[in-house]
Amino acid sequence: MNDFFKLTASDVDFYYGDFKALKNVSLNFIEKEVMALIGPSGCGKSTFLRCINRMNDLISGTRVDGSIVLDNVDIYNDRIDVVNLRKKVGMVFQKPNPFPKSIFENVAYGLRVNGIRDKNAIAGMVEKSLIQAALFDEVKDRLKDSALGLSGGQQQRLCIARALAVEPEILLMDEPASALDPIATQKIEELIHQLKKDYTIIIVTHNMQQAARVSDKTAFFYMGELVEVNKTDTLFTKPEKIQTEEYITGRFG
Amino acid sequence: MKYHLQKELDKIKEKLLTLGALVEDRVYKAVRSIESKDEVVAKKIIEADNEIDEMEIELEEDCLKVLALHQPVAVDLRFIIAVIKINNDLERVADQAVNIASRVANISKREKSEEFFHDYSLMEEKVEYMFVKSLDAFVNMDVSLAEKIIKMDDEVDKLKGEAYDIIKDAMIKRSDQIGYLINFFLISRHLERIADYATNIAEEVIYLVEGKIVRHRDEYLYKGKL
Amino acid sequence: MNEAIIDTLKLEYTNIKSVNEKVLLFKDSGKRRRTIEQLFFMMFKVAAMINGLALIVIVSYLVINGYQSISFEFLIEAPKESMTKGGIFPCILGTLYLSCGAIIFALPIGIASAIYINEYAVQSRFLNFIRLGINTLAGVPSIVFGLFGLAFFCIVLKMGVSIIAGSLTLGIMSLPVIISATEEALKSVPDTYREASLGLGATKWQTIYKVVLPTALPGILTGTILALSRAAGETAPIMFTGAVFFTQTLPTSIFDEVMALPYHIYVLATAGINIELTRPLQYGSALVLLIMVLGMNLVAIIYRSKLRRK
Repeated sequence: MNDFFKLTASDVDFYYGDFKALKNVSLNFIEKEVMALIGPSGCGKSTFLRCINRMNDLISGTRVDGSIVLDNVDIYNDRIDVVNLRKKVGMVFQKPNPFPKSIFENVAYGLRVNGIRDKNAIAGMVEKSLIQAALFDEVKDRLKDSALGLSGGQQQRLCIARALAVEPEILLMDEPASALDPIATQKIEELIHQLKKDYTIIIVTHNMQQAARVSDKTAFFYMGELVEVNKTDTLFTKPEKIQTEEYITGRFG
Repeated sequence: MKYHLQKELDKIKEKLLTLGALVEDRVYKAVRSIESKDEVVAKKIIEADNEIDEMEIELEEDCLKVLALHQPVAVDLRFIIAVIKINNDLERVADQAVNIASRVANISKREKSEEFFHDYSLMEEKVEYMFVKSLDAFVNMDVSLAEKIIKMDDEVDKLKGEAYDIIKDAMIKRSDQIGYLINFFLISRHLERIADYATNIAEEVIYLVEGKIVRHRDEYLYKGKL
Repeated sequence: MNEAIIDTLKLEYTNIKSVNEKVLLFKDSGKRRRTIEQLFFMMFKVAAMINGLALIVIVSYLVINGYQSISFEFLIEAPKESMTKGGIFPCILGTLYLSCGAIIFALPIGIASAIYINEYAVQSRFLNFIRLGINTLAGVPSIVFGLFGLAFFCIVLKMGVSIIAGSLTLGIMSLPVIISATEEALKSVPDTYREASLGLGATKWQTIYKVVLPTALPGILTGTILALSRAAGETAPIMFTGAVFFTQTLPTSIFDEVMALPYHIYVLATAGINIELTRPLQYGSALVLLIMVLGMNLVAIIYRSKLRRK
């Protein structure tokens, strides 16, 4: 194992039933870096992302081969508690999905389910997370209001705050801005830049400009294979593989 | 299927080549006028420079438009960057052709007594070759040709050095004709500048194809490759 | 005139003619299609209107015939003089007891089953068997439930004719309705809620308890109240198990027998001492039952919209 990497995926194969969705993917993640996963629909990038917090476990008939090692522990080890893993690896989804609860309760949710009872501690963590997610100033006067009354962009930042509240080390983002307007998108991207200081971020995106703007490294997936991983500026100015070149310049297929 | 961006890029390439052909023609005429000392041709070159300036601006605007609207990446991005730089180089080459033409116009006004003549034909030949071939290298994305052009730049510099020595001697001998001789010397300098721009274009070609910036990296060419 | 010009004009003319014909053809087919469209639209509209009409006819028939017999005394007094006079209070109370008892029994089991089926169970033979059971239960005629209740609860379990036996019978009959309503409500909770909760390190049970159930609650409650109102109106399941023809005392424990509205109406209309004489009482009772059932539906609707808004 290499201490240098926060997260190491080695020879990961993934099956939906008989369909092999990931083929021999090996990818390393450095702590406090942003890695963007790009590729056409169905290339396996989201599947890979959901392997990292074992969200794919929820789908019956799936199977993973190979290993994903987080802080020197194989997360597919039988003794791993998935619940603890998911505390360590937070996730933000494509569509903003706040619970139909108050703003405060949304952020406090992760703390409550993890057994924190102290009211002051919860209030402090909620405020801290909202500040981190750059949402606090906008909602501080209406924490008791329903989260569903927020705008799409605010809801997504609330979801980020909710994920941050449980103090994860890795943040998975599955197309976090695809349902948002350009201004809200810009805010999310700015947020990613801020969060990079404290978290290792892995973001799936269909928007190549977005990948180029927010990430340090970019990995290009195609047909379940990892075609190329490179520093983002290199990948977008002189990619090594012809498939990457064709995809990012839109000459695909 | 041709993509919208690809069509735009094709148009830009076409325009750049048109500009290149025009500039080539200017250089050819300017160089010929050195020997013929043809004042009329020289005047025409000077007057027609507007046309090239306008084309340069138009092409630059096209490139900026593509950058803003299509946000090209990878080879497309390198292509646009190369075109912007080559466009700039071409305009300057055309300026040098104008400069040569002004020197020729000056020289041709001199009295008969000012008989000095230095033969620039070898230098002219090399410079023209470099310039024409640099555009060929761009069209064909020919890296080895581009490398050859970059190497030739030294030869041209050497020829300019020789011209300097000869004209310096002539100035000592004919101190009454210094003005005429300065004009004559400047032609070598303008030619040398054209060779420099041709070298720049060749470097852009290497960047376009390989994504490597070879400017200011002599070792890449002399130690590594050749 | 030049012949070439004439030829061109002719050609142009024919072109114009054919174009016009095409336009006309197009118009024709458009007209026909619109007629068919309107015909079908009308058919569907009529079909939908029949529902509303049926309700209006039934309600107004009952109101017209029954409103005179309804009075305060009618609602709070017991039947008198061999049920030819007096009120229906014991019946209202009995119906409330029976249907509430049914819900107390059926709600937890129904919700638990639905959660198991929808959230925990994986596709298997066992699951298919359970589904088959629920679907069959939903299709069993209510008189069969009544006989089953009589045989099992009253005789085997020695409960006799009592509130509890009637409630259990009604409860079993309501189970499929509650289960399918709950299942629908659970299915309508977006999966992204579950994913978000699990992604925050919640266990499955925490996810269900804290996110899924609260979100599904309006749907579950609506389904439950509808099941309750159905149960309140049933006669067959209770006529052997919980309801009796006539009793002089109000029930004091769950092992007592009761009178119930639907059964009371049935008795008055078919087996009373003087059927013609008690007509107004029959209409009055039916109207009360209808108001109770509609009232419960109304509560369900209001409650659901209130929760939705929140």
